[in-house]
Amino acid sequence: MAKPASNLAKSGNALMNWIDQRLPVTAFWNATMTGYFAPKNFNFWYYMGVLSLVILVMQILSGIFLTMHYKPSAVEAFASVEYIMRDVEWGWLIRYMHSTGASFFFIVIYLHMFRSFLYGSHRAPRELVWIFGMMIYLALMAEAFMGYVLPWGQMSYWGAQVIINLFGAIPTIGEPLTEWIRGDYFISDATLNRFFALHVIALPLAILGLVLMHLVALRENGSNNPDGIEIKANKDENGIPLDGIPFHPYYTIKDLFGISMFLLVFAFVIFFWPEAGGLFLEHDNFVPADPLVTPTHIKPVWYFTPYYAILKAVPDKLMGVILMFAAVGILFFLPWLDRSPVKSIRYKGAWYKVMLGLFAIAFVRLGMLGMSEGTPEQTIEMRVWTFVYFSFFILLFFLSPRASTKPLPERVTH
Amino acid sequence: MPTDGVNKKRRRFLVATTSAVGAVGAGFAAVPFIKSWNPSAKAQAVGAPVQVSLHGLKPGQIMKVQWRGQTIGVLRRSRETLDLLPEVDAELRDPQSLESEQPPFAQNEARSLNSEYLVVNMHCTHLGCVPQLIPQVGPQPFQEDWKGGFFCPCHKSKFDMAGRVYKGVPAPANLRIPPYSFLDNQTLVIGVNPEGAV
Repeated sequence: MAKPASNLAKSGNALMNWIDQRLPVTAFWNATMTGYFAPKNFNFWYYMGVLSLVILVMQILSGIFLTMHYKPSAVEAFASVEYIMRDVEWGWLIRYMHSTGASFFFIVIYLHMFRSFLYGSHRAPRELVWIFGMMIYLALMAEAFMGYVLPWGQMSYWGAQVIINLFGAIPTIGEPLTEWIRGDYFISDATLNRFFALHVIALPLAILGLVLMHLVALRENGSNNPDGIEIKANKDENGIPLDGIPFHPYYTIKDLFGISMFLLVFAFVIFFWPEAGGLFLEHDNFVPADPLVTPTHIKPVWYFTPYYAILKAVPDKLMGVILMFAAVGILFFLPWLDRSPVKSIRYKGAWYKVMLGLFAIAFVRLGMLGMSEGTPEQTIEMRVWTFVYFSFFILLFFLSPRASTKPLPERVTH
Repeated sequence: MPTDGVNKKRRRFLVATTSAVGAVGAGFAAVPFIKSWNPSAKAQAVGAPVQVSLHGLKPGQIMKVQWRGQTIGVLRRSRETLDLLPEVDAELRDPQSLESEQPPFAQNEARSLNSEYLVVNMHCTHLGCVPQLIPQVGPQPFQEDWKGGFFCPCHKSKFDMAGRVYKGVPAPANLRIPPYSFLDNQTLVIGVNPEGAV
């Protein structure tokens, strides 16, 4: 049986050669997978990148199938979503994959971003990886917001009302700008229709392009690692990093394990807790949009609530909007705000652990307060955590060049 | 690319002018796409005045109607409610409605043509939610000495019974008053100012 196998291999090689002369498949595979050496000390946090890719693919697939049944009109949208949930075979599964997938996307993305805060993955020479990542995050927020409008429930409608009116806070051009975004004098069929177009075509295309740039920029310098030192500083006689292992098969296998674990959790939530008690799909969104009645307690989905809390904390329209956008915008500058001689939290000393801990608590607490009713005490707490949130970046800028560090190891640790 | 005998100055000029003309062309080509997002002719046409019958509207009751896609509230106020209005003046951001949007006839304490009826655009001047009417006088979760008014569930803005905004809330201005007039005692027209009213 050995002979046919080698024949097969030979003809396989011939086919591969033929293709390689026309399309550099093998060269690409070698450069990005088998010949790409990644640090050998990746930990749990390094699953998040590949998981976000998996979710992106799932969102696109489930999204395509949802558009086959969904009707992007103010009259029919709500009923068509219920039709998908009740009458379309397996429609409930595809819809829950998509709506629960959106929340999981943000869980994974937030962990992915936090990894950078831990290990300094955004520091030179990977600033553009971070910038492209932030642009993906922005596009993803727009994508999620517009997706949430499509079912045309009460939260869809009033969420859109609030978010679009944020732009109305801009002096002079604000009002015409909101009219232009809505395509009408109020949130209407025209708004829904264009949000649908942006949600299913424009933004996914932009996200795919940005993801490509994110990955190309990442492969250029290679991944950072939990020690925050460059593995390319120590190479063997063949020019291969001593602390590097080929991405394939080592990390492809590790990632497959991570993906399997993730899918187990994801499937469990889809089957048994798809709305997460009103966290992933809010109760008010099961009521059709009514322009005459604002729900008594309106709040965005959980992944926007930290910023929403900042908006609510400020008793001034324009300042609130500016501070809210600044909370996202300041993240773009993170690679330049951190001026510490070391990248990783492991070698930064206690000051950074305390600051990052407070920052993480501020983000989570703001998220919880953003969902709350907003009593006067809660408003005060929101202001405190808003202050902590911004202080992190300012302190980081001034403290990081001066604060104590521990000596860096020569090679990555285990 | 051979560079002998190249007039670099001319090449730079040609590159610059070609780029500039191209950019202008792209700008013009973008106009139709950007303009297509404006409210359509159809959306602009749906703006006719709305007639509202006031029959059966009792003091303290509010009625909501839609005009140009906006929620317009018609609130009938009792004598007592109107008497309470000046009491909150000190807590308001713009008690005289100097920086708020209303027809000239409504720039007064009651912000109305006929003080019994408040005709008001219900959308919060902060981010456009529709505040709830909480007419009861007495302690509320958001204010101890509440004299009645509107409370926005979105971002906790507060307005009095004339739609005037309180200090220290996110809403920057009083609730807007739309143009309106009375056809007769019991019929209101939203979208038309009374003739001759100043």
